[in-house]
Amino acid sequence: MIQRHEILQTIQMIDQQHLDIRTITMGISLLDCADTDIDRSCTKVYDKICRLAGNLVKTGEDLEAEFGIPIVNKRVSVTPIALVGAGTGAKSYVPYAKALDRAAKEIGVNFLGGFSALVQKGMTEADRVLIASIPEALAETELVCSSVSVGSTRAGINMDAVREMGHTIKRAAQLTADRGGMACAKLVVFCNAVEDNPFMAGAFHGVGEPECEVHVGVSGPGVVEHALRAVRGEPFDVVAETVKKTAFRITRMGQLAAQEASSRLGVPFGIVDLSLAPTPAVGDSVAAILEEMGLESVGAPGTTAALALLNDAVKKGGVMASSHVGGLSGAFIPVSEDAGMIAAARAGKLTIEKLEAMTCVCSVGLDMIAVPGDTTAETLSAIIADEAAIGMVNNKTTAARLIPAPGKTVGDTVDFGGLLGTAPVMPVNQCSPKEFIARGGRIPAPLHSLKN
Amino acid sequence: MRAIVTVIGKDRVGIIASVTNLLSRHGVNVLDISQTVLQEYFTMIMLVDASRCEVPFAELATLLKDAGEEMGMQIRAQREDVFNAMHRI
Repeated sequence: MIQRHEILQTIQMIDQQHLDIRTITMGISLLDCADTDIDRSCTKVYDKICRLAGNLVKTGEDLEAEFGIPIVNKRVSVTPIALVGAGTGAKSYVPYAKALDRAAKEIGVNFLGGFSALVQKGMTEADRVLIASIPEALAETELVCSSVSVGSTRAGINMDAVREMGHTIKRAAQLTADRGGMACAKLVVFCNAVEDNPFMAGAFHGVGEPECEVHVGVSGPGVVEHALRAVRGEPFDVVAETVKKTAFRITRMGQLAAQEASSRLGVPFGIVDLSLAPTPAVGDSVAAILEEMGLESVGAPGTTAALALLNDAVKKGGVMASSHVGGLSGAFIPVSEDAGMIAAARAGKLTIEKLEAMTCVCSVGLDMIAVPGDTTAETLSAIIADEAAIGMVNNKTTAARLIPAPGKTVGDTVDFGGLLGTAPVMPVNQCSPKEFIARGGRIPAPLHSLKN
Repeated sequence: MRAIVTVIGKDRVGIIASVTNLLSRHGVNVLDISQTVLQEYFTMIMLVDASRCEVPFAELATLLKDAGEEMGMQIRAQREDVFNAMHRI
């Protein structure tokens, strides 16, 4: 039988260290919702999501009660809408966004991802329509999230798309200026996008995925930080072992929830995403883990090394705990969603340049970073290009979720509320990349993409 | 299905009686109990068999939680699988 101290340890993790299952995400293929008429297609999309995910929230809540563990988010990801809409010949896909938003509200999920286009090598007409629709789609809906893949290790970087995304982000910010540029918090630009990611805003259901499946994203930065407190001053070998053991436990919980959700919903289990995802709550911070390793503040010299160790140990511990690991899997560093990152950015101890270095060794990229409202589209594009280059060369997923907060400048704060948190506006290098971005074309794939 | 019921809070008369009473009313059998009182803090862990529970398990967990709040205690009922998953390979 399970020992007394093990039971109490689990309860303490849930109660005091914010252990939770961050998300149960149902991936739904919408390929069969294509039609020549956009209204008919939107109706099919709405009906299919409501039919397949109607029980998702209730199932999540039941599991929460039976396991005694919070399942914070229930979400849906769908086939990239550019693929679904291609046959309609429509000049705007905003009606799709509205149908997705209505479906998300009907079934009670808190986000729905997949207003997306994959253009790492080039754009179809439908991709162009989708990207042009993004600002309005995000401004006029609440729960829809959008992502655009602009590069990959195999394809290189589509610099025309990178240029376009700078303008798209600016426009999205302007349309939601009254909400701090909220639309940009729901828009991710990817390199090496993954097709089974359960986390928002970048989730979509790839074309290689089945008709319908459930993924689970685990979390628990607070649990890792707490475990590391017990090994203060010990060498890094001990630190790595401690993180591994903790990640194993957290992930087993995710695997259990995923299997149970899959059998109750009657759809296959997809993957468990082993991610340390912070929330703005105190004691649920990735920055705090790095500081627990001995740094005065996140952003100090040593931060990249600390994050590299953390990211690797989380994967090593988690991979044995789950039958299928996927998604983004690693440590997230969204600035506005992590109390420690917010504090360091506000105090000028954490800069965009340091964050960029950190994205070389963690799971995603420059995430939830507010920059001054007068930052130019070219500068945003150039930051995206830098991130995409890191992803392309290092065979990893990178992303940029940048918010040029309208009317705000360095020192101001943008409050998005809830899980999206509070972003201090961070300074951006003022030198112009205008001519660099004007070139367009493609940055060729690196030599090591030729593996066959 | 087996479950673990934990009761944590300030010690007082009748805690075990209230909890076991509620469990028996819903057809839940107690298999094992251990309890300690440390500096006035009462911790009880029960292994129960809820396979003949008359209400859905999620509802039983809520009933226990509510009963705990009335007594000023934290009472949880969680499926045993949770602890096995986390602590056993």
